[in-house]
Amino acid sequence: MASFLADAVVYLGAAVLCVPIAKRLGLGSVLGYLLAGMVIGPYLLGFIGQEGKDIMHFAEFGVVMMLFLVGLELEPLLFWRMRKQVLGLGGVQMGLTTLVLGGMALTLGYTWQAGLALGLSFAMSSTAIALQSLKEKGLMHTAAGQSSFAVLLFQDIAVIPILALLPLMAMAPVSAAGPGHWFDALAGWQHTLVVVAAVGGVVVVGRYVVVPLLRMVARTRLRELFVASSLLLVVGIAFLMESVGLSPALGTFLAGVVLANIEYKHEMESDLDPFKGLLLGLFFMAVGASINFDLIRNAPGALLGTTLLVMVVKVLLLLAIGRRAGMAFDQNMLFAIGLGQVGEFAFVLLAFIAQLGILDGPAIDTLMAITALSMTLTPLAMLANEKWILPHFGTKAKEEQPADSIDAKHPVIIAGFGHFGSTLGRLLRANGVQATVLDNDSDQVDLLRRMGFKVFYGDATRHELLEAAGAQEAEILVCAIAPEAAPLLVEVVHKHFPHLKLLVRSRDRNDAYELMDQGVLHVYRETLDTAVRMGVDVLKELGTRHYSAYRAGQNFIRYDQAALKELAAKRGDKVDYIASVREKIADQEDLLRKDLQHDPSLGDHAWDSEAMRQANKQN
Amino acid sequence: MPRILVLFAHPRLERSRANRALLKRFPEHRDITFRDLYQLYPDFNIDVTKEQDLLAAHDIVVLHHPLYWYSIPSLLKQWIDLVYAFGWAYGPGGTQLGGKVSFHVLTTGGATEAYSVDGFHGSTLAQFLLPVKRTATLCGMTWLPPFAVHGTNRLSDTELERIAEQYGLLLSGLASGSLVPRELVELERLNQAVPLTI
Repeated sequence: MASFLADAVVYLGAAVLCVPIAKRLGLGSVLGYLLAGMVIGPYLLGFIGQEGKDIMHFAEFGVVMMLFLVGLELEPLLFWRMRKQVLGLGGVQMGLTTLVLGGMALTLGYTWQAGLALGLSFAMSSTAIALQSLKEKGLMHTAAGQSSFAVLLFQDIAVIPILALLPLMAMAPVSAAGPGHWFDALAGWQHTLVVVAAVGGVVVVGRYVVVPLLRMVARTRLRELFVASSLLLVVGIAFLMESVGLSPALGTFLAGVVLANIEYKHEMESDLDPFKGLLLGLFFMAVGASINFDLIRNAPGALLGTTLLVMVVKVLLLLAIGRRAGMAFDQNMLFAIGLGQVGEFAFVLLAFIAQLGILDGPAIDTLMAITALSMTLTPLAMLANEKWILPHFGTKAKEEQPADSIDAKHPVIIAGFGHFGSTLGRLLRANGVQATVLDNDSDQVDLLRRMGFKVFYGDATRHELLEAAGAQEAEILVCAIAPEAAPLLVEVVHKHFPHLKLLVRSRDRNDAYELMDQGVLHVYRETLDTAVRMGVDVLKELGTRHYSAYRAGQNFIRYDQAALKELAAKRGDKVDYIASVREKIADQEDLLRKDLQHDPSLGDHAWDSEAMRQANKQN
Repeated sequence: MPRILVLFAHPRLERSRANRALLKRFPEHRDITFRDLYQLYPDFNIDVTKEQDLLAAHDIVVLHHPLYWYSIPSLLKQWIDLVYAFGWAYGPGGTQLGGKVSFHVLTTGGATEAYSVDGFHGSTLAQFLLPVKRTATLCGMTWLPPFAVHGTNRLSDTELERIAEQYGLLLSGLASGSLVPRELVELERLNQAVPLTI
């Protein structure tokens, strides 16, 4: 226990120290984590020793989660629209890179199996590094971002058949899941069969078991239970995949794709996101710590040279592909350099290759070192590209998001779609204004989706969900969630999306005071208009002319709003909130006293013939 | 028999002695429809289709209102703006009002003499209300002189009662056909068409 806590302190401490420094220096968080790993690794400070490898296994779970989230993002419709990019860019990249790097390996005297395995491993780019960097720089929607995503997607998917086919080239008996595993007894073709069955199982179970289960959990409205189910889902699939000798990352990726269309997608995304971030950070630190500096020290030139050679080959091929796809130079550079490293999947593939005996131990160690080095060098290369290359080639102007963006964002977000929010939403929709709706009632969400609303399920006070709903691009946020939660939402919006115009529903004047204290300019008391409307109808029933009653009502609303502001200002002086009941009574008294002074017919003499008669008589 | 639509517009009827008196004697007649606009549309949100349907079903359109700043009250203006629509009342296909008859029934605080070229206001009622007349004639309606009640502040209750009776006779005369609009065009005031009973 003590050593676990000590380890935790070392890792978290290193991350907390190094990442902000790296970010401040403009290096990005990935490089920060890698550097932190090197610093605490066995070759520098030595806080962690050989157990770095174990940490790596644990931290690989970050990659697993990332792929699950990538899969979730991948709605089939989106995938279908991107199919040309995915197959065209991704397929060509994988094919060419494997051919060239494999060919180079052949000339160095490797067997064709070894060459192919090496080529396939090194053709992989790092989804973690590339996506993280693109997201941090806000480049996901540019041509470079979209193309990178397409290529990475193809690679992520390609790992499945690669892992299934590698055993067929095996020189040694398969021992994927450790010695003595039931799996070892199987022949190569049986192995493949089991893999296919497992993948099919994930698809079927995802469709017909997971969704109803999540629905049930969501209905309990216990947030932690939902987080737990999301984690269970990912861990469960990872476990299943590992026990059939497949990469857990692939299994969860598949599960993500299967679940991409369910209504709890965004909720799951925001639940898993912190875990993913933390574990990915850990993963990068483990990579940094596992870099074998002895190897580098023994043959620094050769290792660094090989790494640079691999990267240059990859970048050149990517540049050629990007050029054929018609990308502008600056976009192409971002695309090629972003994907120019050897990615985390290479670790997975290389470990598997070692187990299969296709390559020997020392060679694997070197290849792993090259992979880690290339991942470390990527952020530097990107930085160099940004600082020294792009400025010389002009077109750095940020690309606008294309008009037919896949995920159309709406200018209005309605948080909370109960009776209040839905009435408002219907009014907007009847007038051609599409709004994005956030609600945390799963039954309600179901219904609304069937009616064609764009609805996100989840807690609207969480900025990740707001982000997913397009708060960054929206103009107006209507807050119609439970009045108890409204102040929290206001706080989140003020902090993360200060550009949003906030219109907040409050239940009564006490809620309104709190919101006004928070600086909300547009507060709507749900009781005010309804009560006034009802009062106007009472006046009408009593024989008041309708127009006079209507004006009286409108005037009263205006007067009451002013009174609210006045009392809110007064209220701010009172420090003692304990006497809140008394305060409420005092409030009511204040209000009633003001009402007595208020003359509703003030300013209505325009149409008063009686007044004119009096004036005429005096003349 | 011609059917009559009376559009009554007064934002503060409860304070108007003259108009309350006029409405007191308002004739109950199956061919006379009375519409109290400020009562129907306190929020100024006029149901255009409904109003157009009503117009289509009537032959004489009476604009009954107090004279406000030499013009009609704002809701009546709003009503005209929205209901006499392009393509319905005027413009291509806008023939729905053709052949109908229209005129004012109005009350003024000022005396009759004040509404003359030499009078206090320097213009006649017809001059002040020319835009309303032109709107009607543009839509193909026959325009009649106004039924005007002047100097309302000085009229006694009995005088008002008699004028109300006169107003009632005018409407029922038009509805029964005993008064023919075509023959009233040249009058200065419609008040002259019906004798003031003493």
